[in-house]
Amino acid sequence: MRAPTSRPWRRQHLGTEADRATFRTLHQASLASPALRAGLTADSAQRSIRHLRSLLGTPALAITDPVAVLAWDGAGQHHADRVPSLVAATIEAGGTRSFDRVDLPCTEAGCAVRTAIASPLLVDERIVGALVAFAPYPTAGLARATDEVAAWVSGQLELAELDASRTRLMEAEVRALRAQISPHFIYNSLGAIASFVRTDPDRARELLLEFADFTRYSFRRHGEYTTLAEELRSIERYLLLEQARFGDRLEVTLSIAPEVLPVAVPFLCIQPLVENAVRHGLEGSDGGGRIQITASDRGQECVIEVEDDGIGEDPDRVRRALAGDGDGDAVGLGNVDARLRNAYGDEHGLVVETAPGAGTRVIVRVPKFAPGVQA
Amino acid sequence: MSTLDAVPGIVAIAAVTVATLAIGTWGLRISRTTSDFMVASRSVNPRLNASAISGEYLSAASFLGVAGLVLAFGADMLWYPIGWTAGYLVLLVLVAAPLRRSGAYTLPDFAEARLASRAVRAACSVLVVAIGWLYLLPQFQGAGITLRSAVGAPSWVGPVLVGVIVLANVTSGGMRSITFVQAFQYWLKLTALLVPLAVLLVVWLGDGTPGSGAAGAGGDAAWSMPLAGDGGGPGLYTTYSLILATFLGTMGLPHVVVRFYTNPDGRAARRTTLVVLVMLGVFYLLPPAYGALGRVYAPQHAGSGSDVIVLELPRLMVSGLGGEVLTGLVTAGAFAAFLSTASGLAIAVAGVLSQDVTSRGPRGRRIGGVAAFRLGAVLAVSVPVLTALAAPHVGVARVVGLAFAVAASTFGPLLLLGIWWWRLTDVGAIAGLVLGGLGSGIAVAHTLAGEPVDGWGGVLLAQPAAWSVPLAATAMVVGSLLTPGRVPGHTRRLMVRLHTPEALGLDRA
Repeated sequence: MRAPTSRPWRRQHLGTEADRATFRTLHQASLASPALRAGLTADSAQRSIRHLRSLLGTPALAITDPVAVLAWDGAGQHHADRVPSLVAATIEAGGTRSFDRVDLPCTEAGCAVRTAIASPLLVDERIVGALVAFAPYPTAGLARATDEVAAWVSGQLELAELDASRTRLMEAEVRALRAQISPHFIYNSLGAIASFVRTDPDRARELLLEFADFTRYSFRRHGEYTTLAEELRSIERYLLLEQARFGDRLEVTLSIAPEVLPVAVPFLCIQPLVENAVRHGLEGSDGGGRIQITASDRGQECVIEVEDDGIGEDPDRVRRALAGDGDGDAVGLGNVDARLRNAYGDEHGLVVETAPGAGTRVIVRVPKFAPGVQA
Repeated sequence: MSTLDAVPGIVAIAAVTVATLAIGTWGLRISRTTSDFMVASRSVNPRLNASAISGEYLSAASFLGVAGLVLAFGADMLWYPIGWTAGYLVLLVLVAAPLRRSGAYTLPDFAEARLASRAVRAACSVLVVAIGWLYLLPQFQGAGITLRSAVGAPSWVGPVLVGVIVLANVTSGGMRSITFVQAFQYWLKLTALLVPLAVLLVVWLGDGTPGSGAAGAGGDAAWSMPLAGDGGGPGLYTTYSLILATFLGTMGLPHVVVRFYTNPDGRAARRTTLVVLVMLGVFYLLPPAYGALGRVYAPQHAGSGSDVIVLELPRLMVSGLGGEVLTGLVTAGAFAAFLSTASGLAIAVAGVLSQDVTSRGPRGRRIGGVAAFRLGAVLAVSVPVLTALAAPHVGVARVVGLAFAVAASTFGPLLLLGIWWWRLTDVGAIAGLVLGGLGSGIAVAHTLAGEPVDGWGGVLLAQPAAWSVPLAATAMVVGSLLTPGRVPGHTRRLMVRLHTPEALGLDRA
């Protein structure tokens, strides 16, 4: 059988030898990149180093941080304790350096680790580690390849840094949201409490304690998630304080399925919705507003609805707020939406049903379990 | 059967159905104002939750099957109720609290949280559906014989009727307050067995406590002695296999695990399990008594129709209106048993199907949450109903026993090793799930096909747990030890979270 001519599609399919080499290289790189996108740690170095070594084709490869070896793949592991000094020299040089037999003394016969090429890994112009390739003989090709691979790894690490800073931004927004208990709310509450001090001191004392508990929860520092029960307790305190102010003008009904109380939800993800509902509900009518909070059990999911019968909202404005460029009270909405999507995926964003004059209903769908989400 | 005889049965079934739908729909409709907010945000207390778990758990097999088995096969069969109760003991000691602390809602959730692997999750989903269907099948068959016995309806009516009611209940977005519904079902089932039994025992005492010999049934010694037939051979194997299947199978039942999520924390999960143990212990005292009384008063049922003994006995022992009322009561209990277990299972199976199967429409279109869930519920109910109509009647408790064997051979080792052994890897888990699932699955297929095999082969296939559970566990251990590099990075942190009591102030994030 004349294999090459009888199956011409085969060659076409896989491309030329050079093409295939390119594919192999790209494939190895794609295997290494998911681990590196988690940042430079012993774990990510360990998981990516095998692919990086086959990319370079050297007998041994090490990934280090500025002071210690994070991972070693290949032969000659007994040289690992020499590597930190090589890295120190590389950092001093500020660029790729090669080391010869004098730097790597060895007594073992046939040891393949005789020379080394160390290339620094840079994130934001800052050296975060080094890629050290070992070979029996120094070659210019290897030096060039190590340099290029180190540059590619640096690129991946910068992307990881970008991911991390996006998460940090999100966290900062949550912190801002916490600090964002509206000043109006604080002085209105304190004013309402003050009005009870003479007429009903017991009630004033109770309200003050509720206020203290409310602020403690809202300023809580630890934990990205909380249980729905906790969030509802905080909402209760908020509503008690608002009712102290508005009295009968604010009417709140709740129906909560007890099965969904243990569900983990992002911290402060329902409360901003209730605050919006209170504001809209009271703005809407002279007689006062009605607010309905429902949490129901839908098998794998929990559905939370916050509804008011107030003035409603222009859907376009809501759309803009959810897209991130809102103003005033819409900031809360956009933030909640972003955090829900971040935690559970895009299909779990906020759903807002509203029209001018028709009230507003905000629907949150939270899965009972999502990997990595834990109250 | 005359139309007059059917009246108590029809009244009972209608009453149970209406009560179930009413509690499910209006149980939480009573809206609350802010002053009751604390009530609204208070979680389900362990006693209510335990009633709900027991209500969902006590199926047709418990209500009808156990008495039938005891009547037909004698003391050996007492291991069924003992095992079904003791399964919660294993759950209490080894699984309940860590499982709750893992945050998992379903068994696939636990697998994903523990092993961080989509493949293991998919394998678990397949098994949940398989076990759910296998467990639903005898519920529908039981409904068939109940309606035939109580109302004289043809045996296809029961499965279709229960299937339609369950489907209506589940897909209407109903069962809003499912905890209250299931808790109500437990107390209904307990009452429905306890009150008639008290009357029947009085009748029995009035008759001068006749033994079964008086009613003319032979072989009394063999009936009341365990393992009387063959000393230490296949009988002993079958007993140990049954013990293993029921002790480890309970934790692997899809509708049991999801109910633990309602507990606020691991401690509450333990307390709930303890109460469940007491409730089941009380309940399971009753069906064997029916079996024993049946031996005295209805030995002719010891043959093929033993599953209906609970329903027939009141009429046989008490004549007139009293007998009719008691018959109505046990019929109501039996119907509650199908409804509660079938609803719980249908929701669990529909949830998994909607997540992994029916949400993917044709040509890559995604189907939305509610529609996908309804489609999943239709699949979850219709497959076992059709099978119940087509398949021969194998015996309610036997098929449930097989569902337990499959659960024990797959999720049993997965949960125990997953919670207590940090070296478990995804490769090991899949190896164990596949081997255990295949092994017990072959046995199930063989039993349902109904072709008897003689000798040890038949015994091994009738009760697979004693070999399939060790097989699955060994596969998981060996597979994990061969792939030490695949232990997920978060394992140690997760283990700390699973096993640290809530009272300790610890950052669990």
